[in-house]
Amino acid sequence: MSTATAAPVSKAIPQVGEPKATSKGDLMTLAIFIAVVLTAPIWAIPIGAGYPDLLQKFAIFGVFAIGFNILFGLTGYLSFGHAAFLGGGSYIAVWSFKLLGMNILPAVLFGTLFGGLFALAIGFVALRRSGIYFSILTLAFAQMSYNLAYSVLTPVTNGETGLRVLRDDPRIFDDKSGGYDGTLIGNLFGLEMTGYTAFYFCASVLIIAFYISQRIFRSPFGLMLRAIKNNQTRMKFTGLNTRPYALTAFVISGMYAGLAGSLMAVTDPLAGAERMQWTASGEVVLMTILGGTGTLLGPILGAVSIKYFENIFSAYNKSQLLDTFSFLPDSIAEPLVSVLGLFVGEGWHLTLGVLFMLIVIYLPGGLMEGARRVSAMLRKRKAEKTDASSGQTTPAE
Amino acid sequence: MSGTLKVTDVNKSFGGLKALSEVNLNIESGTVHAIIGPNGAGKSTLLNVLIGKLEPDTGTVMFNDISLLGMTPHEINQVGVSRVFQTPEIFGEMTLLENVTIPCYAKRDGSFKINPWPRVDEDEDVQSKAMALLEDVGLADKKDVIANSLSRGDKRRLELAMCLVQEPELLLLDEPTAGMSRADTNNTIELLKKISARGLTMVVIEHDMHVVFSLAEKSTVLAQGTPIVEGKPDEIKGDPKVQEAYLGGAHL
Repeated sequence: MSTATAAPVSKAIPQVGEPKATSKGDLMTLAIFIAVVLTAPIWAIPIGAGYPDLLQKFAIFGVFAIGFNILFGLTGYLSFGHAAFLGGGSYIAVWSFKLLGMNILPAVLFGTLFGGLFALAIGFVALRRSGIYFSILTLAFAQMSYNLAYSVLTPVTNGETGLRVLRDDPRIFDDKSGGYDGTLIGNLFGLEMTGYTAFYFCASVLIIAFYISQRIFRSPFGLMLRAIKNNQTRMKFTGLNTRPYALTAFVISGMYAGLAGSLMAVTDPLAGAERMQWTASGEVVLMTILGGTGTLLGPILGAVSIKYFENIFSAYNKSQLLDTFSFLPDSIAEPLVSVLGLFVGEGWHLTLGVLFMLIVIYLPGGLMEGARRVSAMLRKRKAEKTDASSGQTTPAE
Repeated sequence: MSGTLKVTDVNKSFGGLKALSEVNLNIESGTVHAIIGPNGAGKSTLLNVLIGKLEPDTGTVMFNDISLLGMTPHEINQVGVSRVFQTPEIFGEMTLLENVTIPCYAKRDGSFKINPWPRVDEDEDVQSKAMALLEDVGLADKKDVIANSLSRGDKRRLELAMCLVQEPELLLLDEPTAGMSRADTNNTIELLKKISARGLTMVVIEHDMHVVFSLAEKSTVLAQGTPIVEGKPDEIKGDPKVQEAYLGGAHL
């Protein structure tokens, strides 16, 4: 589907599209996806990710990346400003907690809606341009929002301190009778959003988000979005108005970002401006490309791997490294550790950078291309084996 | 009367350069009309005026009874005008079937419709219509091939199929055989003849005399932005004014 994946195949065999997606196959993917997501607390233990905080992050950034991929993967418009919608969703969710009470449903609903409205406003302007100019425009808008949240909008965003829920906030629907003033933890009709409960809520949202994106990918609407990426001239001369299609995709992905932002507030009811910073926008771009732009599962894979490696590498420190290499003589271990030390802890972004470069150079289609290559290789080997065995039986007959 | 195109008193200047002056054209329903002329005669400018890419300084362009001036490309397309480009414009990274499916939806749903739930591959009506069109242009067996890997001639076939999906009343072709081998050129001419038999109006901008003589029922010769002669191809062939302007005085 993407430019990158097509290139190497074309020389060998007449180029044929990806294995055809059927509704049966998609249903199967969905079923497996659901099973994998729901059993995450089990399979994540051996890889050292079996605790709710990290799993929640997987799910939330998965939602963020799925939405981003609907814009970038299908239409090819590369937004560098999606953090604005993420941060906006967080602020709105916390405000919903403050005003309406700690029930998470209105928080999630308003966060998502706000992401969509905000995207509509920014997209309306930014989509007048395409390519690099579009990216710069979105980046500028997001940085503007970030700076506004830090300065002028302090009454709304609480500036540097960040927005949090306070005991004396109105929270009109919360039960505050009899001296009890309610907890400050998000809840779903009384079910408190902590630990694995919060994970399972985020996981359900992730599954729904994935299903919707799957439907969009296979629908006429998704086809039009891919047409935008392919050839806007032909699209216009086919009687199709490209701008509203691109804007709709932008709004949908903005809603996904707002949803992810409000989920962050659900798992931890506070919001800060740093969620709007350009690094957060850049992160979702990395996730999508790392996993496989324009594929259904890729962005989620990318989100999970980045958050996972961040967790592992940023937790390491020098003394742990020294322990690891204690079997080496000091004269080798010390320089080795001082070099490797750059790549862990605070410096884990160096590792991410190297990983990203390797993927982009050797697997331009991301992790999903890697998976495809492996499965193609296995299939080929299997085919050769059956060929060989049938070849042996023929002479015997 | 459908599919008529009437261009009246069109003028267009770029700075001091007069690209089109006093262009009057009357293209009748159901004919194949060629517009020919030497380089820089204003053929492409005229075409860009017809499809709304350029606004003329004066004059009108009427398709049936609709003025095409001031309309955007997709609006022009939705009233029944399709265009084929000098370099085939197709959806390069999609399969042939997908390429033809897109105009099917454009025809059915108009210029914009959010339709995010049904599956494309289970829409029997659209799929069978798309397949039928691929068969018409002889590309049915390549339906799952990625469009970019086609030959130039096949890309042209695909582009024509995409235009035909929409059942246009007027088809504008900009040098439909440019950059093609002789065999591809002849195949394309055959296909265009087949298409013109459906009764739609075709305007062909062309350099290649072979194409003009084998296709067009009527030709207009442009020179320095003005139509100088109009008539049947063989009438034009002998016209001294044309030989002067187009061929620099040499004989055909």
